[in-house]
Amino acid sequence: MTPPALATVALTCGFGNHTVLHDVSLAVAAHRITALIGPSGCGKSTLLRCFNRMNDHLHGFFHRGQVLVEGRNVYDPTWPVEALRFTVGMVFQKPNPFPLSIRENVLFGPRLAGVTQADALEERVVRSLQQAHLWDEVKDRLHASAFDLSGGQQQRLCIARAMASEPDILLLDEPASALDPIATAKLEETIVALSEAVTVLLVTHNLQQAARVAHRTVFLYLGRVVEEGETVRLFEAPQEKLTEEYVTGRFG
Amino acid sequence: MTGLRHWLKEGAAQRWLAGAALLAALALVVGLVVVVVTVSAGFFWPRPVLELQLRDGSVVLGEEWGREDDPTEAGSQRVRMKVGNRDVFGLDFRWVRGAEVAARRTPAAAWLLERREYGNFYGFPQALRSPTGSVAVTDPSFQVHLDHALAETRRLVQEEEALLRRASRLHEPVARLRLRVAAAERAGRDAAALQAELEAATRREQTAAAPLLAELAELRGRAAAFSLLMRTADGSERELAVSSLLRVVPANRMTTGAKLALYLSRWVEFVSGEPRESNTEGGIFPAIFGTALMVLLMTLVVVPFGVVTALYLNEYAGENAFTNAVRLALANLAGVPSIVFGAFGLAFFVYTVGGGVDRLFFSDTLPTPTFGTGGILWAALTLALLTVPVVVVATEEGLQSVPQAVRDGARALGATRWQTVRRVVLPYATPGILTGTILAVARAAGEVAPLMLTGVVKLAPALAVDTTPPFLHLERKFMHLGFHIYDVGFQSPNIEAAKPSVYATVLVLLGLVVVLNLAAITLRNRLRRRLRSSAV
Repeated sequence: MTPPALATVALTCGFGNHTVLHDVSLAVAAHRITALIGPSGCGKSTLLRCFNRMNDHLHGFFHRGQVLVEGRNVYDPTWPVEALRFTVGMVFQKPNPFPLSIRENVLFGPRLAGVTQADALEERVVRSLQQAHLWDEVKDRLHASAFDLSGGQQQRLCIARAMASEPDILLLDEPASALDPIATAKLEETIVALSEAVTVLLVTHNLQQAARVAHRTVFLYLGRVVEEGETVRLFEAPQEKLTEEYVTGRFG
Repeated sequence: MTGLRHWLKEGAAQRWLAGAALLAALALVVGLVVVVVTVSAGFFWPRPVLELQLRDGSVVLGEEWGREDDPTEAGSQRVRMKVGNRDVFGLDFRWVRGAEVAARRTPAAAWLLERREYGNFYGFPQALRSPTGSVAVTDPSFQVHLDHALAETRRLVQEEEALLRRASRLHEPVARLRLRVAAAERAGRDAAALQAELEAATRREQTAAAPLLAELAELRGRAAAFSLLMRTADGSERELAVSSLLRVVPANRMTTGAKLALYLSRWVEFVSGEPRESNTEGGIFPAIFGTALMVLLMTLVVVPFGVVTALYLNEYAGENAFTNAVRLALANLAGVPSIVFGAFGLAFFVYTVGGGVDRLFFSDTLPTPTFGTGGILWAALTLALLTVPVVVVATEEGLQSVPQAVRDGARALGATRWQTVRRVVLPYATPGILTGTILAVARAAGEVAPLMLTGVVKLAPALAVDTTPPFLHLERKFMHLGFHIYDVGFQSPNIEAAKPSVYATVLVLLGLVVVLNLAAITLRNRLRRRLRSSAV
């Protein structure tokens, strides 16, 4: 049996003497979209950032338990963190394009990975931008600055940039929180299409978004997994009282 | 009472105060520029040649260079006349009291001659002597003959200079051998073989130089055959070699167009020519070149050095006592008087480093120093040291302005710390780095005191860049605009004559700083535009 794309085993972690996640065990199935929901401060983003070890850069981070990507411990000393991040891509809350052209933004990852053949690079630019549903909008101005794009376009450029490294897994940290409704709709469409190629783990604040996009949903509260299941089931027939109160908007 | 309090609270007084301060600052800057521009712009404009008939029967011919109240006689004025003819009168300037003047004329026949030596000559042309005979000024073809004589002698002078350059190149092997003989003798080695070689080289030089010297004598003879007979104001006659003349100006018969052409050609000479007459006349090109090259060398050193320092402080070192101490030291370094940097540069770069280089690589020529004396490299390094705090502080600000989200984005794509710095952080911080460079360049271009100890000279025999290998001569001394102002304005034997040069040099230095700044600011703004984020 193939291991789940992402998994944690009894993961407890936090910063300094503040524990954020308590004994979290979770499995994320491959090629599906899984949403992480929960009120602010419940540890969604921290959990997400465990999978590509971005928490390691923050002051005072500690962890116990295991974080597994495709069955392999992310802290395996023979697995350099840079190589892990080629496998696990990430898109942040706010668009963060680099001060480079659109094309060079997309090629940032491939160049780091040492891809140098011109046609291979070209192929990646086209495919990644197509995957991010951005190709038609930028194909005539690949050499323009990435800052000339609108916010929604910039966020899709960030997706293209992550996809250009050909990851197996894509972590999305509230990717639509800075976008207007039209840009958000376009982005969601993109995310759904992406799940054909990669496993998507999506942190979102927006319950409707989780309901629209995700196959599975995990509800996190105060650093613990309260309930997880198929999205439709979780929203329509929650088994936990806490979940029901949250999805019906009684708190959060 | 309450009205006053209300007025203060509203901030009207503060607003007026702020406005007044801004106006005062503006007035100072604009005033400086206006004074420099108006004074220096006027100096090169051709003035009429005045003839003053004095009551004692003597005549004064020259240009009026200012007037003031006569301190010896209330109610009358005195005129400062530039009478030129230094070789005749000894001084270029004299005061003429208003009461002495019986008549004032601007005789159409009066000429101003600008000469290579002894400054201006004022007088009336009489005749031109050339190999084909003498032509009187009344002859209709006088002007044609004069133009021909000027062109011919100018060509002869150029040939002469080329010959002299060839002759000095012939001497180079002899000079080298002489140094080797001296070194061998000092070391107690047997120098007989070298001595013989030296004698042979000397003979070869003499053989090769003989035809050159003959040609030189012939050229000089041909040039000397052209001379201009001039009558001075007091009626005596002088014969001037045409080859010594730079310009012949019929000052009182010029059209506005001719005046403008002369004015422009004087400016062109000023910025592109060599200085003459201990820097009081001629151009300042070597000083412009020296300033620009020194600033360029300094920039090449200080920018990488400062950027790397700021990178370490901001990206790698943590916030601790050591980095705080480094930052404090940098801030203090920015406040150290520049002459202290000069003294340090002299002791460390010139004597220690330069002396060491000489002992290692130029021991043949010792005790004559090569790098162990002031030079453009040491001056540039000293100024780099002086400006490094500026670059570090500005670069750090630039680095701090790079959004954390962008750094995270690069790390999340699998970039190492260095790759993130190299490919994302540095491009983002470039405007900040350029700001630091601008400030450093502006500071360095105007700095004089440290240079006086580390390599600036009144008159450099050669530019630091020329056609003899290795083309860039970093050990050479150089001329500098700031020092030129000090030297010509305050150390010159003929300060009145040097005044135009001083003001014009100030204008050129200001212009140079403005141009350097504008270039850097344009570059920075262009980069900023590229970096401006249209996103949320």
